[in-house]
Amino acid sequence: MSAGQPPFDSPEIRRLTPVIGPGYTYGSVTDKISAIVLTRPTSLGWYIGFLIAFSVMGMMTVAIAWLIMKGTGIWGINIPIGWGFAIVNFVWWIGIGHAGTLISAILFLLNQKWRTSINRFAEAMTLFAVACAGMFPLIHTGRPWMAFYMMPYPSTMGIWPQFRSPLIWDVFAVSTYGTVSLMFWFVGLIPDLATLRDRSVRKPMKIIYGMLSMGWRGSARHWHRYQSAYLLLAGLATPLVLSVHSVISFDFSVAIVPGWHTTIFPPYFVAGAIYSGFAMVLTIAIPLRKVYGLEDFITMRHLDNMAKVMLATGLIVAYGYFIEFFMASYSGNKFDVFLVQQRLHGPYAPYYYALILCNILIPQLLWSFKMRHNVAVLFIMSIVVNIGMWLERFVIVVISLTRDYVPSAWGRYSPTFWDWATFIGTMGMFVTLIFLFVRVLPAISIAEMRELVAETSEDEK
Amino acid sequence: MQHLHRSHIYGVMGEFGDPAELIHAVEKIRAAGYRRVNAYSPFPVEGLSEALGLKRNMVSTICLLGGLTGGLGGFLFQYWVATTAYPMNIGGRPLNSWPAFIPVTFELTILGASLAAVFGMLALNKLPQPHHPVFNVPRFTHASADRFFVCIEAKDPKFQLTECARILQEVHAHHITEVSDD
Repeated sequence: MSAGQPPFDSPEIRRLTPVIGPGYTYGSVTDKISAIVLTRPTSLGWYIGFLIAFSVMGMMTVAIAWLIMKGTGIWGINIPIGWGFAIVNFVWWIGIGHAGTLISAILFLLNQKWRTSINRFAEAMTLFAVACAGMFPLIHTGRPWMAFYMMPYPSTMGIWPQFRSPLIWDVFAVSTYGTVSLMFWFVGLIPDLATLRDRSVRKPMKIIYGMLSMGWRGSARHWHRYQSAYLLLAGLATPLVLSVHSVISFDFSVAIVPGWHTTIFPPYFVAGAIYSGFAMVLTIAIPLRKVYGLEDFITMRHLDNMAKVMLATGLIVAYGYFIEFFMASYSGNKFDVFLVQQRLHGPYAPYYYALILCNILIPQLLWSFKMRHNVAVLFIMSIVVNIGMWLERFVIVVISLTRDYVPSAWGRYSPTFWDWATFIGTMGMFVTLIFLFVRVLPAISIAEMRELVAETSEDEK
Repeated sequence: MQHLHRSHIYGVMGEFGDPAELIHAVEKIRAAGYRRVNAYSPFPVEGLSEALGLKRNMVSTICLLGGLTGGLGGFLFQYWVATTAYPMNIGGRPLNSWPAFIPVTFELTILGASLAAVFGMLALNKLPQPHHPVFNVPRFTHASADRFFVCIEAKDPKFQLTECARILQEVHAHHITEVSDD
């Protein structure tokens, strides 16, 4: 600890880094957040950023159109590597979404006040990440127009989905996750939509926000039930978010493939998901607070806490890597031992070392108070962790599939232009949706910020 | 007070600047014997439900029923598919391989409970409801920003316009207005 730094989590530190800047009232938080949507002119920077993101999304559209015309042969996948970029990206995106639910549900149940100003856009990020994720298994089927086969419906052929298959569990887990996240987000938005309805000047905006707010009027009787529903949703979303990445890890761990068939997978996947998700929340929060001057709402306390969560989940992930090694060696199973050696010395070893560097070594800087309070470092770190988590999924998918039991079934994998175009394209889609979101909806929950103002003013009394 | 000649009134409304005043006012009004009283606030105010005498609501019961329906329905459906509708003999393994049905059962439990909680809450609140008499009060736009409102409704057996206005004045409400029912 450097000299002059107040003791960890003391009242002193809380005063120095509050969850909301001083001097805010119900009216001023409302004005400040709703102004971003209603009165602030759309800046040139927004148009330029949106245009770039939208063009990148256009590349995805072209890549998917070409895929539908030609089939999955345009990708680098071929037997034995049937799961290339599509599954790597699917797992990566869905993992990113997990932080949103964690912030909105688990931190809500734990009564963490610092969640208030970041939960709205973290939930939006979840939805957009799930949208990007859902795209990949869909197009990976090769015939996305037949995707409804995965849904149980009484078909004339009399066939039903195979409920013993983890791939069908995935369908249910991801679609439930998408639906519940959407409801959670929307229920949280209702009071804020009413605020926008009451404050917008232009008639069309009044009508649109009016319809979306469903006539919310802040009645005490409504709040009474609303709070029950919100608490229940938080309680339901908590086991749900833990189950989703567990189910996704079953896609791997149920298969009898070296390196996949391990019991550490579900907890290690969930920790990894939260790790990458918090990294993505930081990647979004840091520019957002800068551009819209929200430093009083998304304070250093928030960034510091998110960095700590990243550090903790990163260590769980590191433990997961260690256990993978340990179990392979301890089991004495020659295929598992061989796979571990392939990670260290095989053709994809550079990816493995890069992953260790990004996910384990570099984030150790977060132990330092100074580093956690350096916004530029945090931003770079968040990108590094995102890259690291993507590499992790690449290593898991590709190394195991290229090194199966029989040497005659070995292969190599390299992505093609269209793999990259689809992947980078979904990032464009993600950023496009984020741009639209901050422009038309309040990126911070106004109603909850007012509650925070009320609570902090009570604390001071 | 304006528009006293009008016959259809929804109630009388008073405005407050902070949650403590609001709770104080609600307690006073209820102590005076009024029962059809409602409060409006820009965020959930702690202690307001108790002051208004609101009982436990039905949302959690509906949520439980939704969860049970989702879970039981989901499991029985998978059981029916695996044993009756589309049985597949894979190496003589049992058709009712129930452990494999748990993930989907779990997800459907959460889905059913969440849908029930959200739609149950909306239905009990009678939302969507595009119009409500309280929106006739011009200053009510502040109910979604920085002001707190109390409305004594005309349906209250004790309701009497001037008397209600007097009691609101007594608890220091600002902008006491009649709420018309058009």
